[in-house]
Amino acid sequence: MSEAHITVNNLTMAYGTRLIQKDLNFDINRGDIFVIMGGSGCGKSTLLKHMLGLLSPAAGDISYAGRSFFTASDEEREVMRRGWGITYQSGGLFSAMTLAENVELPLQLYTRHSAADRADIIAYKLALVGLDGYQNYYPSEISGGMRKRAALARAIALDPDILFFDEPSAGLDPISSSLLDQLIVQLQQSTGATVVMVTHELPSIFAIATNSVYLDAVSKTMIAYGDPRTLRDHSDQPVVRQFLAREASAPIEESL
Amino acid sequence: MKTMTPQPPGFDLLTDDRDSAVLVISGDWVQGNTHRDFQILKEDLCCITAKELVVDGESLGDWDSVLMAFLLQCYNQCRDDNIRFATRNFPASAKQLLDVASAVPPHEPGASPALPWYQSMDPGHLLREVRDAAVGSLDFLGELGIALARLVTGKATTRFSDFRNFCYQAGPDAFAIISLTSILVGMILAYLGAVQLQQFGAGIYVADLVVIGMLREMGALMTAVVMAGRTGAAYAAQLGTMQTNEEIDAITTMGISPMEFLVVPRILALLVMMPLLTLYANLLGMVGGGIVAGGMGITPLMYIAQGESAISMAHLSVGLVKSVIFGMLIAVAGCRSGINSGRSSAAVGQAATEAVVTAVVYLIVADAAINIIFQQLNI
Repeated sequence: MSEAHITVNNLTMAYGTRLIQKDLNFDINRGDIFVIMGGSGCGKSTLLKHMLGLLSPAAGDISYAGRSFFTASDEEREVMRRGWGITYQSGGLFSAMTLAENVELPLQLYTRHSAADRADIIAYKLALVGLDGYQNYYPSEISGGMRKRAALARAIALDPDILFFDEPSAGLDPISSSLLDQLIVQLQQSTGATVVMVTHELPSIFAIATNSVYLDAVSKTMIAYGDPRTLRDHSDQPVVRQFLAREASAPIEESL
Repeated sequence: MKTMTPQPPGFDLLTDDRDSAVLVISGDWVQGNTHRDFQILKEDLCCITAKELVVDGESLGDWDSVLMAFLLQCYNQCRDDNIRFATRNFPASAKQLLDVASAVPPHEPGASPALPWYQSMDPGHLLREVRDAAVGSLDFLGELGIALARLVTGKATTRFSDFRNFCYQAGPDAFAIISLTSILVGMILAYLGAVQLQQFGAGIYVADLVVIGMLREMGALMTAVVMAGRTGAAYAAQLGTMQTNEEIDAITTMGISPMEFLVVPRILALLVMMPLLTLYANLLGMVGGGIVAGGMGITPLMYIAQGESAISMAHLSVGLVKSVIFGMLIAVAGCRSGINSGRSSAAVGQAATEAVVTAVVYLIVADAAINIIFQQLNI
């Protein structure tokens, strides 16, 4: 039986008095490629921000390898965060730094490698995402797909055991999107990392996800949990089957 | 059905039948043709007792969104009044568009987050805003204090290369604009003083006025005002854009404190550069005063000799102390606005504006307070 790497426990999220999602309870197993799904505006990115500790929950907790994140001290949280790699929807690369400097930053801060060793590691990480040779380019000088891959190179700089992706395929053409999917699977298989992804790109979900949760915007809670292929064919929630089969509910739902 | 000459749009409400009212639409309902106001119909609809409204498009000519907007209003009104709504003799495409537009009921707005202007002038609301701003500022200063303490103990993740770059941006890069403003301020001071002093035959004392005015007051203040508009706004815009691009999120989740990594090097750079720029501004201001004095027949030698006698460590120190405090205020106002900025381009603009306005207000208040303190201390 797989071990729970991340546990979301009775999580309720709100912006002020506006409830986003309530009573979320699910586990993400070690080595999973886990997808957080749901219609636009249901709170997927908000859940990710809670998982990253960028927002505090209204109630509940999230644990990493059995250690609670929100009750941990600042130092403990920093240690936990060093085991994470994150790529944001817009990449989140530092625009004032070159790609090499972006990848180098976590290495510089958290390792004792010499400058020459760091340069080798940067070249290796960039090569993994197909960007070796672009060390001296600034994020504004490369395409959107390359920026996402460069962000991935920075995310894996410290060999993290959890990789988070916020809408990795957003704004990418189908080929770049599929290449990124392939890259995520290869990295997961070679490092054994747990991958958590927020997306509603169905081809990506069916190509790589091993487990998923569906957040519903109307009932404001999770209404499905499991392998997305199984959910598509057998979920007892019509909206989940509809979402995964890309069927429009006529009329356009108010929640979207 | 298209007509050759546009017919004015019209409608006629027939209420002969007790159960069903008929609204006959006629003419060309197109943009640019005379618009029919729904309000006229709304008043008539209020009076009908029928349980159904049938809208008849038999006499409809050309149509576009003008007709659809009108029909949607009718539909919504009927729904609100519990009257059944039906259409007949309309083109299929118009019916389809109405089905799409009416599929989702209009969203009922909840409590509006933006207060109406009269409520935002409410003293209680204003006091709460001031309190929140004060708490926010104290919070920021507390975090900054912790970051600076970590820097002193060597634990901070502040990069020297960033500090060096910001020093360059806040120092040598600002030379041109500081040169221009300082020379002009010196000249203005000299003109103002000369007109008055010459009446008493004391024109030579223009040198004292310019030297003391620049050293104690104008050198630091004018440099600060220029730096607030130039560097303070730039800090707010840079950090605001980083917020929009999720760069600050990336920094936070890397376990790096944005305060140590982004704010501390900016604040330190301005703290170091402000006194140096003020010294430079003092010098150029005195040169500017000398140019005007020269025009009034005071020789450069006389101006320098007289000015030299007016220079004292006390005057110089007052200006330098002010410059350090001003530098801190500008950097704090800029960085705080940037870090707290929203995630849109409009929010970044707002943050930059807020940074400049806050900094200028801080500068004037601080300058007044420092002058009073120094006067009380006889410095």
